[in-house]
Amino acid sequence: MENILEIKDLTIQYRADNRIVEAVNQLNLTLGKGESLGLVGETGAGKTTTALGIMGLIPDPPGIVTGGEIIFEGEDLLKQNKKRMRSIRGKKISMIFQDPMTSLNPVMTVGSQIAESIRIHERCSKAEAATKATEMLELVGIPGERYGEYPHQFSGGMKQRVVIAIALSCNPELLLADEPTTALDVTIQAQVLDLIVKLKKEKQTSMILITHDLGIVAEVCDKVAIMYAGEIVEYGSLEQIYNHTCHPYTKGLFGSIPDLDSHVKRLSPIPGLMPDPADLPAGCSFCPRCTCACERCESENPQMIEVETGHFVKCFQIGKEEEHV
Amino acid sequence: MSELLRVEGLKKYFKTPKGQLHAVDGVSFSIEKGKTLGVVGESGCGKSTLGRCIIHLLDTTDGKIFFEGKDITNIRKEDLKESRKDMQMIFQDPFSSINPRMTVKSIIMEPMVIHNMYGGDKAKQEEKVLEIMDTVGLARRLADSYPHELDGGRRQRIGIARALALEPKFIVCDEPVSALDVSIQAQILNLMQDLQEERGLTYIFITHDMSVVKHISDDICVMYLGTLVEKCPADKLFEKQFHPYTEALLSAIPVAKVGARRERILLKGEITSPINPEPGCRFAPRCLRAKPECFRKQPELKELEPEHFVACHLY
Ligand SMILES: Nc1ncnc2c1ncn2[C@@H]1O[C@H](COP(=O)(O)OP(=O)(O)OP(=O)(O)O)[C@@H](O)[C@H]1O
Ligand SMILES: Nc1ncnc2c1ncn2[C@@H]1O[C@H](COP(=O)(O)OP(=O)(O)OP(=O)(O)O)[C@@H](O)[C@H]1O
Ligand code: SF4
Ligand SMILES: [Mg+2]
Ligand SMILES: [Mg+2]
Repeated sequence: MENILEIKDLTIQYRADNRIVEAVNQLNLTLGKGESLGLVGETGAGKTTTALGIMGLIPDPPGIVTGGEIIFEGEDLLKQNKKRMRSIRGKKISMIFQDPMTSLNPVMTVGSQIAESIRIHERCSKAEAATKATEMLELVGIPGERYGEYPHQFSGGMKQRVVIAIALSCNPELLLADEPTTALDVTIQAQVLDLIVKLKKEKQTSMILITHDLGIVAEVCDKVAIMYAGEIVEYGSLEQIYNHTCHPYTKGLFGSIPDLDSHVKRLSPIPGLMPDPADLPAGCSFCPRCTCACERCESENPQMIEVETGHFVKCFQIGKEEEHV
Repeated sequence: MSELLRVEGLKKYFKTPKGQLHAVDGVSFSIEKGKTLGVVGESGCGKSTLGRCIIHLLDTTDGKIFFEGKDITNIRKEDLKESRKDMQMIFQDPFSSINPRMTVKSIIMEPMVIHNMYGGDKAKQEEKVLEIMDTVGLARRLADSYPHELDGGRRQRIGIARALALEPKFIVCDEPVSALDVSIQAQILNLMQDLQEERGLTYIFITHDMSVVKHISDDICVMYLGTLVEKCPADKLFEKQFHPYTEALLSAIPVAKVGARRERILLKGEITSPINPEPGCRFAPRCLRAKPECFRKQPELKELEPEHFVACHLY
């Protein structure tokens, strides 16, 4: 398969009052054309920062991309000038932001915001754009007659749906969706996901879907990357990650989900919190919370190893287990 | 068991250019002390509005709210401050509800200052803040940090700490864990349950996550476009649903297993607008089982089985 996106050793930091937050650390990732990748991980793991890096939208200051390459359709996005990036963002890559208000204009009606974005992408009259915008609104489950309302009159989930409508009306080649359905109920969520899957089938749209809902990943993604403290700690196909889970952090995530089919009094989260990204431990960054950790984990940072074709894990214990078997 | 909160026929309408928007349209329920009522429903169906009306962040259009047996619907301004102490809200969006220029300590302390807690004694208030930070698992060294320096999990803990500052009896939790990954989510849910047990807190818990709502709630309300369509004990709802919207809702839950996708009930048809809605059941235009009657008359909430209430003409 042809790769639409290759990220190599991407490193992004935020520098604020003599603290350096190491948000993304030597991250490697590839995405095939038409593929959807689920990017899952702890709050603060650097998922949004990675997506903003691809978009060329890291706030500077305090953010700096200190190294790496982001190859999109053969060109390194990090080497493009502002004007070129703006055009790529407009036409080829679009992002659904985690916080809908960052992309909505508070003093413009929701309908005209969708219409405006349609007109940037295709030649059409104002009236045609308005008709299309109304259709897009209904497609995400909002009655067309609410076209003329302002964002503050919409509920959280409705604002999110407007943002989704805007992103999808652009027909992007690469869609970066940052928690697109977190604010939505499961029926609307299912509609939106169906829409995204349809787009993917018909237009070969590639997608990075950032979410912590492992159920959604199971429904729409082909590949999964698990992120922890700015690094990918496990990567593989959906089947590999869900059925042959290797990394202790990934195992902990699956163990934390409340189960619909059984009743427990208390949930079993991974104890502790992610290390402060301004003060990462010397060895494996998951080590302080890991139940399998040994001395080596404390002092040395493990390398990614391929445990089966296409399934990568960054943990010392994995190779070991296999030696025992 | 004693009842802490009762809501009768609560309505909240907003004025819009196109007419009255019926955000909450005649909702009734009650919650016993120390229990959790989960509220689920389509995005935009009025869950946050309901919560805001109950704690008087919004005026109600019609209906009554009783707290500890007292009618607080039209409470006077000077008494409102007193009752606010008992009722708090954890907001849907932790980013917008927190002023970025305040430190963690001042965010948690602010309600104590407003309510002149501990006779206005600053030192005592500060001591309390640190205690609350311990309770919610925020390291004391973060007291002078700013929220944007913290990750989502810690920021959400600030929201909880702030809600606890006045030692309330009742908290409306508006999607408190939606922005968090599943492990941190589990930590926060455990924390909220511990607090409930220790302090006898009563919660309204609004969420879109069906496994979370099942886990945390004693009873669950399902809402659709401003109306309550089904209400029953949490476990029961997952065993047996009567309302066609509830059926569709539960069928759409994504499962974290490969190839486990269930047969989904896809909702088609026009969505009823909450602005000057037509008479009849709000769900009728999208309901697969609607009868002519459904388009004429709004169904009433009926107790079909013990503790299981449904508003639907099919029953
Ligand atoms: N503008 C900023 N200034 C300083 N630090 C920042 C800034 N934006 C993000 N960070 C820090 O960078 C790290 C990564 O943040 P990021 O938002 O990428 O995480 P995330 O994985 O998207 O988390 P979430 O699941 O909570 O959205 C966090 O520690 C965060 O506090
Ligand atoms: N200030 C306002 N002015 C006008 N309409 C409003 C206002 N606040 C809310 N609404 C409308 O009231 C209805 C209910 O909104 P509410 O925020 O209560 O929904 P919700 O159930 O909390 O949704 P979500 O799950 O997306 O948070 C929506 O149609 C919304 O557009
Ligand atoms: S390398 Fe060690 S500390 Fe890190 S996850 Fe593996 S076992 Fe745990
Ligand atoms: Mg993020
Ligand atoms: Mg809401």
